[in-house]
Amino acid sequence: MEQILKAKAINKKFGDVYACNNLSIELYTGEVVGIVGESGSGKSTLLNCLSGSLVPDGGNITYLDRDNNWLDLLSLPEPRKRNLLRTEWAFVHQNPRDGLRMAVSAGGNIGERLMAIGYRNYSQIRAEATEWIEKVEIDAIRLDDKPSIFSGGMQQRLQIAKNLITKPRLIFMDEPTGGLDVSVQARLLDLIRSLVRELGLSVIIVTHDLAVARFMANRLIVMKNGKIVETGLTDQVLDDPQHSYTQLLVSSILKV
Amino acid sequence: MLEVKNVAKSFNLKNLDKGKFSVIRDACFNVNSGECVALIGNSGCGKSTLMRMIYGNYVCAEGQIYIDKENILDLKAIEMSILRKQKMGYVSQFLRVLPRVSTIDLVMEPLLDQFESRARAKDIAETLLSRLNLSSQLWHLSPLTFSGGEQQRVNIAIGFSKDYKLLLLDEPTASLDRENKKIVMDMISEKKEKGSAILGIFHDKEVRDKVCDREIDVSNFSAS
Amino acid sequence: MSNSEEDFNFAYLDEQTKRMIRRALIKAICIPGYQVPFASREMPMPYGWGTGGVQVTAACLQETDVLKVIDQGSDDTTNAVSIRKFFERVAGVKTTENTGKASVIQTRHRIPEQVLSEDQILVYQVPIPEPLRFLEPRETETRVMHALEEYGLMHVKLYEDISINGEISTAYAYPVKVNDRYIMDPSPTPKFDNPKMNFCPAIQLFGAGREQRIYAVPPYTKVISLDFEDYPFEASRAEKTCEICGATNTYLDEVVIDDKGTRMFSCSDSDYCNSQKS
Repeated sequence: MEQILKAKAINKKFGDVYACNNLSIELYTGEVVGIVGESGSGKSTLLNCLSGSLVPDGGNITYLDRDNNWLDLLSLPEPRKRNLLRTEWAFVHQNPRDGLRMAVSAGGNIGERLMAIGYRNYSQIRAEATEWIEKVEIDAIRLDDKPSIFSGGMQQRLQIAKNLITKPRLIFMDEPTGGLDVSVQARLLDLIRSLVRELGLSVIIVTHDLAVARFMANRLIVMKNGKIVETGLTDQVLDDPQHSYTQLLVSSILKV
Repeated sequence: MLEVKNVAKSFNLKNLDKGKFSVIRDACFNVNSGECVALIGNSGCGKSTLMRMIYGNYVCAEGQIYIDKENILDLKAIEMSILRKQKMGYVSQFLRVLPRVSTIDLVMEPLLDQFESRARAKDIAETLLSRLNLSSQLWHLSPLTFSGGEQQRVNIAIGFSKDYKLLLLDEPTASLDRENKKIVMDMISEKKEKGSAILGIFHDKEVRDKVCDREIDVSNFSAS
Repeated sequence: MSNSEEDFNFAYLDEQTKRMIRRALIKAICIPGYQVPFASREMPMPYGWGTGGVQVTAACLQETDVLKVIDQGSDDTTNAVSIRKFFERVAGVKTTENTGKASVIQTRHRIPEQVLSEDQILVYQVPIPEPLRFLEPRETETRVMHALEEYGLMHVKLYEDISINGEISTAYAYPVKVNDRYIMDPSPTPKFDNPKMNFCPAIQLFGAGREQRIYAVPPYTKVISLDFEDYPFEASRAEKTCEICGATNTYLDEVVIDDKGTRMFSCSDSDYCNSQKS
């Protein structure tokens, strides 16, 4: 069992408030870790620190790359970091508009990562884009449509295709089903789950929805006020929570 | 295969005054491969709690639980989830699945987790569902709309799709009719013959007499 | 050079401005294709009429220079005439319509058909210098993309062309890679002119007044038009013959010549057309 990402003692303050207070987290290959907690608990800040979009005030983050080298992410040169983000990593935003180019066709969006890593054959790019748009269950005839005329669920699936085409190993997801109808949410979660299994991805997923966490994550991290209050197997944390805050959180879920 | 040693369990509801309850103490027993053992005792004596601790669903703070000579309480979460996928099946009374995912896909999932090919996984899943008398018309629907008995059979199909070394069954036949109960009993017997260690809660005495080799009275471990 | 200070301050610009622009030009020459920011001044003409080109031209001009100004290839369109008159008046330099006789040529939208020489400077007027602008509106981001040579996005633009039109339909401002490093917008010249930029003996300077950027291609520098392996770059032109001079290898304008909508094709480079005629 091998780790792929290790973060030690991550600190991040906004003014006097700790959004991440001395957080350590490890991710293993093939593991899906859910980070839950209410708004303002620091879960998105932690995700942004791990994925390199925020620089923590203190701490240490290392990542095991495809060639089996541990990279120190906080001292990694910017070009290499951006290269990782385009190749070995992916980031799925809550709002697909943050992850897509709305003025560029679906095919152009999906193909962008390929072109960024040097693909220069149009037919090949188009063939791979077609394969991926079908993989995320969008009809291939929509390949030349702009995402602005797609539904929210389709936009989110397009964002996933755009991210996965370069076969990343590590995916960060921030509330990937946050803005969607429940009916669309279930299908999307199932799609993500099967892709995770098929591609052997390691995932860190931030959500405030415990039901999403239960179906997606092997392991759960519960955050409150910038601290990790509890971590463990997802069903264990949800069915036998140990910390008073988690108990409160679990007992507050509305049941249909 | 399974060894439970000096296990105790209490629940501590921290948002309540006097929210601490002891349920089990000093639980000791084992289950061998090829053997089916029933947990018995009154409702509320901790049968399901014990079973959930073995599955890792409930935290076990005291004692040791060995599966295949490995103390699961020492395992990291990731190791435990791998152990579950490889060695341990769990059929609970309730079906808890992602909405809008078809029955056949749900049954195939544990097989695909173990890198079975899709074709083979589909084959195994279809055979199981047919055997459990679930009409093939239902296979492509989500089981969340099914009747209680149908849901239970889907749950059994998911738990029985692989030959786990350890199988935990929490009331697997509770809402089944005679015919289907008989099928499930046959399936349990077959798993025994294939060498699975089975630990179950069966309220139905007929089932216990038919498939179980031993009984363990959990009220002996009761903390109250 | 008898009076160096006077020489230096020649041609419209004040000394500080001229110095600032010349510094930007030197930097631009040193880093082919890189957009150098400069403090663009107000010129006595509106933005979009060549204020960037005029400042670059003014910074280059010396008393002995001969200036040619073209707009869409022609010496006698409004923009070309007014800029030529402007420099005749404020700098007193000689002007010409003859490409071969000019030492500085300011242009909008064309590169002359006649091959340029080592002792010439071609000054382009540039409306939008950033080739990535329409795909990535954030200037902070495009600067990083240039710095890190992240140019995948430029091909997304060409991909879109092919997927919508079946071919790379970008016909002007066709992106190029300069000296194997920077991606550059060649200003809105037709892509027919792109090959002329490659290993051009003349200095090519680009001025964007409103956007406050200067960039350059030194003589004999590699300038390659971007494309896909299976959709290679084509320097296309209308498949017609100039009806005035009979040229078959020049870039043509399509001109409506009467109220009935009758059209004719003629060379857009008026000087070249005249020279072929005689």
